[in-house]
Amino acid sequence: MNTIRRIAFLAFALLTLVSLSPAQSTEWSKIPIPPLHAFQPQQPKRVEFPNGMVVFLQEDHELPLIDGSIRIRGGWRDEPAAKIGLVNLYGNTWRTGGVKSQTGDQMDDFLEARAAKLETGSLTDSTEISWSCLKPDFDDVFKLVVALLREPEFRQDKIDLALDEYADAISRRNDDPGQIAGREAAKLAYGAANPYARSAEYATIGAVTREDLLAWYKSYVHPNNMIVGVSGDFDPTAMEAKLRQAFASWQKGPGAKPPAIEFQPAKPGYYLVAKGDVNQSNIRMVELGTRRDNPDYYAIEVFNDAMGGGFSSRLIQDIRTKRGLAYSVGGSIGTSFDHPGVVRFSMGTKSQSTIESIQALFEDIDGLQKNPITDEEIARSKDTILNSFIFNFDSPDKVLAERMNYEFYGYPADFLEKYRTGIEKVTTADVARIAAKYLHRDQLAVLIVGNPAEFDKPLDSLGPVTRVDITIPPPPGGKPQEVPPPPQ
Amino acid sequence: MKSRFSLVPILLFFSLLAGAQDLASFEKRTTVKKLDNGLTIIICERPEAPVFSFFTLVDVGSAQDPMGKTGLAHMFEHMAFKGTDKIGSKNFAEEKAALAKVETDYSAFLAERDRTVGRDDQKLKDLEKAWKDSIADADRYVKPNEFSEIVERQGGEGMNASTSDDQTDYFYSFPSNRLELWAYMESERFQHPVMREFYKERNVVIEERRLRTDSNPIGKLVEQFITASFQAHPYHRPTIGWMSDLNSFSATDAQNFFNHYYIPANLVVAVVGDVKAAEAMPMVEKYFARLPARPRPDDRTTTEPPQGSERTVTLRQSAQPFYIEGYHRPDYRSADDAVYDAIADLMSNGRTSRLYRALVRDKKIAAASAGFSGFPGTKYPHLFAFYAVPLPGHTPAEMGAAIHAEIERVKKEDISDEELKMIKTRAKADLIRGLADNSGLATQLAIYQSRFGDWRELFRSVDKIDRVTKANIRRVANQTFQENNRTVGINENLKQAAAVPGGAQ
Repeated sequence: MNTIRRIAFLAFALLTLVSLSPAQSTEWSKIPIPPLHAFQPQQPKRVEFPNGMVVFLQEDHELPLIDGSIRIRGGWRDEPAAKIGLVNLYGNTWRTGGVKSQTGDQMDDFLEARAAKLETGSLTDSTEISWSCLKPDFDDVFKLVVALLREPEFRQDKIDLALDEYADAISRRNDDPGQIAGREAAKLAYGAANPYARSAEYATIGAVTREDLLAWYKSYVHPNNMIVGVSGDFDPTAMEAKLRQAFASWQKGPGAKPPAIEFQPAKPGYYLVAKGDVNQSNIRMVELGTRRDNPDYYAIEVFNDAMGGGFSSRLIQDIRTKRGLAYSVGGSIGTSFDHPGVVRFSMGTKSQSTIESIQALFEDIDGLQKNPITDEEIARSKDTILNSFIFNFDSPDKVLAERMNYEFYGYPADFLEKYRTGIEKVTTADVARIAAKYLHRDQLAVLIVGNPAEFDKPLDSLGPVTRVDITIPPPPGGKPQEVPPPPQ
Repeated sequence: MKSRFSLVPILLFFSLLAGAQDLASFEKRTTVKKLDNGLTIIICERPEAPVFSFFTLVDVGSAQDPMGKTGLAHMFEHMAFKGTDKIGSKNFAEEKAALAKVETDYSAFLAERDRTVGRDDQKLKDLEKAWKDSIADADRYVKPNEFSEIVERQGGEGMNASTSDDQTDYFYSFPSNRLELWAYMESERFQHPVMREFYKERNVVIEERRLRTDSNPIGKLVEQFITASFQAHPYHRPTIGWMSDLNSFSATDAQNFFNHYYIPANLVVAVVGDVKAAEAMPMVEKYFARLPARPRPDDRTTTEPPQGSERTVTLRQSAQPFYIEGYHRPDYRSADDAVYDAIADLMSNGRTSRLYRALVRDKKIAAASAGFSGFPGTKYPHLFAFYAVPLPGHTPAEMGAAIHAEIERVKKEDISDEELKMIKTRAKADLIRGLADNSGLATQLAIYQSRFGDWRELFRSVDKIDRVTKANIRRVANQTFQENNRTVGINENLKQAAAVPGGAQ
């Protein structure tokens, strides 16, 4: 490896020398770009224990640290509709609620004294334990990781604390217009009650009990539902032995099954969240996207770069650079690993150019038919993706994270290599085809969060408008949020 | 008794560091060169993968914005992506003339627009049309976003820039075979920037202001809070700029700002990654040596006088309540800088922190609370600030009282041995955690080189924390956290305030 690197570097150095004459340096395109030297990223070692637990070990001796994460199947999308927020509360209190032998507070003291981190959290399809510690502290920290996996306590005081914080977050969710737009756009794309879009309410978090959290733990935390990744300064044989000792005797449990989820996108048309205290409109146009294991994925990636990716994309060039209408503007056909992503166009513009901006976005979408994405744009986007491809695996941690992701979603381990080949093969005709297939101008739900009194034209001059009520439902039975006394 | 043990982990740390990542190992891998024009280049070899990251730090921020032209430093940062005479133009000779006409016409329009007496509205319309026609004419020569397109197409990753009160930063990562291309592009943009498409980009920046400040309740509060905290020093003014300045300053102003402040001596360029200094330094130097040396600008700023009174700003918005307060402290060169870092760590870092345990865990009145230094910058005397997010049913006033109770504890009682040890251990671990990342390392090296004239200060900063004592912490807390040195910013919920029986007073 070292020799290869040295030889490649020599070639690189020679080429560099050739280019030193000042006359050439005035023109960027004349600057030589030597071939990138060969680089084989180090793959983590994969081990599967007989109980179904999958372990990845990524050795990396650069720093005296050992980091790890454990991803467990089952997440927000799996919780009952009457208890939305359950898994979020679970992820918060798994760590803070402590283990049998120690409270969460005692764990805090123990870990912070070692500058170690050990946290739990939740995602839409999983929960997670992750840690980072100095090498000599690994055994101590790992004991706590195992304790969290085997005998978590979910002490009530930390559940109460998490509930207070959750209620606070609900009370604040309409403060930031960008947050409102993101949340409501997802509801339009997926359906308001869809598990990928629905919101927790005071009532649904109030319905969650400690027994629910323990029941969740019992249903999902089984070795065959988890993927473990450890990276850092260790000997892989010794680390594997430690993990085996800790986990190999753990009995298999029922495997988590992905839920059956229905998608009920909103009707196309205009949706308005009126907010009187802003001078900028947040615009979103959405419809249902597709999955990453779709063979069209590569053409979609090229399209996304050409349409709304970087500074050279059509949307930035037109809406931001040419028209000066927005600071942030973008658009893409969204893809997810195991469910449809969202086709989403978004921008923010001053209230007085709201209608103009919606029309500008539509012009750019319509433009895809009148002026399909050209060979030159495709070539540019493919270069952009392929030349920056190295940044997908330029650190052992990134390689590990990718592999764990593929394992979790059942994608092939060489998905990234396939991606490169897939991108290379994309043609101009592919991009035109997928644009027509996944982006439908007349299917888009258009959401505006803004101050309609200041719009350049009435929104209903574009079509019928549905007003979206974002009032936060008060807690059931109780009075609305307690009103604070006036400040002293 | 306990102090006997506290030495153990510290010694352990040093032995760990000695293995792989201590100062001596960085000395071997890091090369610094100050060019004749004053520009400093740092190259740090980290051949983990065939990529590199760079960080260009320009020692100029919004604190240097001229009066009446706030937002100009940030505006120039946007313009640094618009290309040069050789990048982004179809015909620069003609474009140059067209851009000059845009400026003449804008100047005439502005003179009429801002006439206090006898403004002629028809004339103003004509002048505006003439200016906009000139812009349309100049736009004909533009190859839009060519600079960014080259970087993206060549595999640039994470291309961006940022402006703060103190400095302006430019950064991205490239595959390592693009090092020379990078050196050309990065030196070119600071040799021949061209202010093309300026007035459209100004609109983009105005949208950025609407996004971050005008339409964001916390953004609004922070702007008012900082403005109230500083009356004399330029920290008073928002980095994004006041709306009327954004609607007034010109491309000529931006060019002048560049000429005046973007002198090579204000630039530190750090490169970290799969780069061999022996070969790379001469090549990188060749490109950056092209920047002409220019005289140092007079960048003295007014020193903020002692506050001498408590100030409070209260915003009534239809958003949930929020509390922030700040105390003036000296700049980063202060001998007590590490003591402030220790106080921030004690009060704010993680679930063992004083503020979390008091306000969140025990009193159960806040969703979050922390104290931090470096607000809004660190180069000049600035604020040590505290904030708290009140839980529903709790008021900003309760947040203030609870924060003050914790501050009083730090002033009156020594912190514990365990706490002091924890602060020092964490400082060392944080340093280590920051070393395994090209872009993070480039950022740190450039900042320390610019601020102290020596990147090694990054490692010495940990030694400084290690020397902090309990007595230092009490002394600095007593010096700093005084009522008359305090500004308070409160966001009150308009709806709730109105719903109070008898109304808000």
